[in-house]
Amino acid sequence: MDDKDIRILAIESSCDETAAAVMRNGREVCSNVIFSQIELHKLYGGVVPEIASRKHIEKVNQVIREALNDADCSLEDIDAIAVTYGPGLVGALLVGVAEAKAIAYATGKPLVGVHHIEGHIAANYIENKDLEPPFMCLVVSGGHTHLVKVIDYDAFEIIGRTRDDAAGEAFDKVARAIGLGYPGGPKIDALAKEGNKEAIPFPRAKVDGSEFDFSFSGLKSAVLNYLNQCEMKKIEVNRADVAASFQYAVIDVLTTHAICATKEAGMNKLAIAGGVASNSSLRESVRKACEKEGISFYHPSPIYCTDNAVMIGAAGYYSYIKGVSHGLDLNAVPNLKIGERL
Amino acid sequence: MKILAVDSSGLVASVAIVEDSNLIAEYTVNYKKTHSQTLLPMLDEIVKMTETDLNTIDAIAVAKGPGSFTGLRIGSATVKGLGFALDKPVIGVPTVEGLAMNLYDTKALLCPIMDARRNQVYTGLYRFQGHVLQVVKDQIPIAVEELIDTLNLLGEEVVFLGDGVPVYEDVIKSSIQVPYSFAPAHVNKQRASALAVRAFEYWNSGNYVSADDFVPEYLRMSQAERERAEKNISD
Repeated sequence: MDDKDIRILAIESSCDETAAAVMRNGREVCSNVIFSQIELHKLYGGVVPEIASRKHIEKVNQVIREALNDADCSLEDIDAIAVTYGPGLVGALLVGVAEAKAIAYATGKPLVGVHHIEGHIAANYIENKDLEPPFMCLVVSGGHTHLVKVIDYDAFEIIGRTRDDAAGEAFDKVARAIGLGYPGGPKIDALAKEGNKEAIPFPRAKVDGSEFDFSFSGLKSAVLNYLNQCEMKKIEVNRADVAASFQYAVIDVLTTHAICATKEAGMNKLAIAGGVASNSSLRESVRKACEKEGISFYHPSPIYCTDNAVMIGAAGYYSYIKGVSHGLDLNAVPNLKIGERL
Repeated sequence: MKILAVDSSGLVASVAIVEDSNLIAEYTVNYKKTHSQTLLPMLDEIVKMTETDLNTIDAIAVAKGPGSFTGLRIGSATVKGLGFALDKPVIGVPTVEGLAMNLYDTKALLCPIMDARRNQVYTGLYRFQGHVLQVVKDQIPIAVEELIDTLNLLGEEVVFLGDGVPVYEDVIKSSIQVPYSFAPAHVNKQRASALAVRAFEYWNSGNYVSADDFVPEYLRMSQAERERAEKNISD
């Protein structure tokens, strides 16, 4: 192994994925192991925190061992241990945090706590070797909808956020209402391809006083109302049209806000990140808008959009080379803010 | 034979290093700070103070349950991480047995109780026979009234201990019909040293696993699983 290389062992357990990865110099993936619990949680129509935590503890060592094996290295070759310490489900986070602290302690390696969303943003560095801050990033997932100005690798400014539901949450709720099941995002994305996105004019919410904030609860209610009205009038619902029109309304708002924010910040780079960033229609919409405005568009492959440890290793690397190191008292912080340092 | 022991199953956080018949160090804290923040710094403290090289540890013992679900996982993830990095096996000791071990060679029946919420306690019944801890009734979650009924039927003197005592003290006093007492402060909560002593017995009978394979035993399903099971029965 080349001594000058910096290898980070990264661990992620903030929700329902137990993941570990080895990253070289922040941008090169040596291994990427993800144990997804999604099949378990489907039985309950959403992630059950206690079940997620129990599954993490069962799988965490195997996932880490596999990540080291796949990277063809041992703990001795690792320079630092990075771990997600928030935001997320507290019980789930605690498994990764306690495990990472114990490994860092027993090996004498530095421990680097990583913000989950900053990890999602850093997922863009893996396949876009030329991407460097500053840039604008639209973060969209089951739990988060943020417009983040990435000032530097470790400096962020939130310029837009959802006032109610996250975009991914709205996808899940609408998917349930039209009988698609959990998780809703990929299912709506697939069904929408068969529908007419202009069939039903669902509303685009504006948030008073803050140009770049989002609100999706009104849109979700509009969809539910539409379904109720159809039922009362005994009109057969075209589910593909509902999926397409709902998705179009979400993506329209996300795209417009992201482009306006990028332009207003005087930036020429826009990235997307988070689970919903793998939605094919969202990618197409943002790509086209960027082309039109002369903005460079960046996005991770779907495998790096869902929760993974590679992105934690990427973000952890940039913290590590800046000298960030956490103590043995590092705790899980379920509501950790973007850019916050604890 | 040197054992590192960790217990974060209840209100107390406790760590110890025990070598054969010597307790080298023990650190026990019963304070409101979260185990996640205290457990590893406590371990670090005793390791430093006793100049222990972690590689000289033969096995890591942990209270495997029951207890607070989150507390059990903090302890479990800690020993799994230590065991992984140090390549050491893990000895899972039933939490309630570890508690009973505090009262070595007591002639009375030992009844540790931990508050299990939902009006239940995690408890078990133990007795020292031939200087060895025997399990009279294995650890389970049950209603405290049911426990008292059992004790009254057995008709033996009993010593209560555990962090469930303050919660159920009044209930016990009002309905227990056998001679009883409550263990005093130095032995009435989890002590990692007692856990380690019990762990030697498990080790000698080959009862240990790899750090990868170790999982806590909650003795209870999650609420979601329980509700789903109840729904399936009623359907």
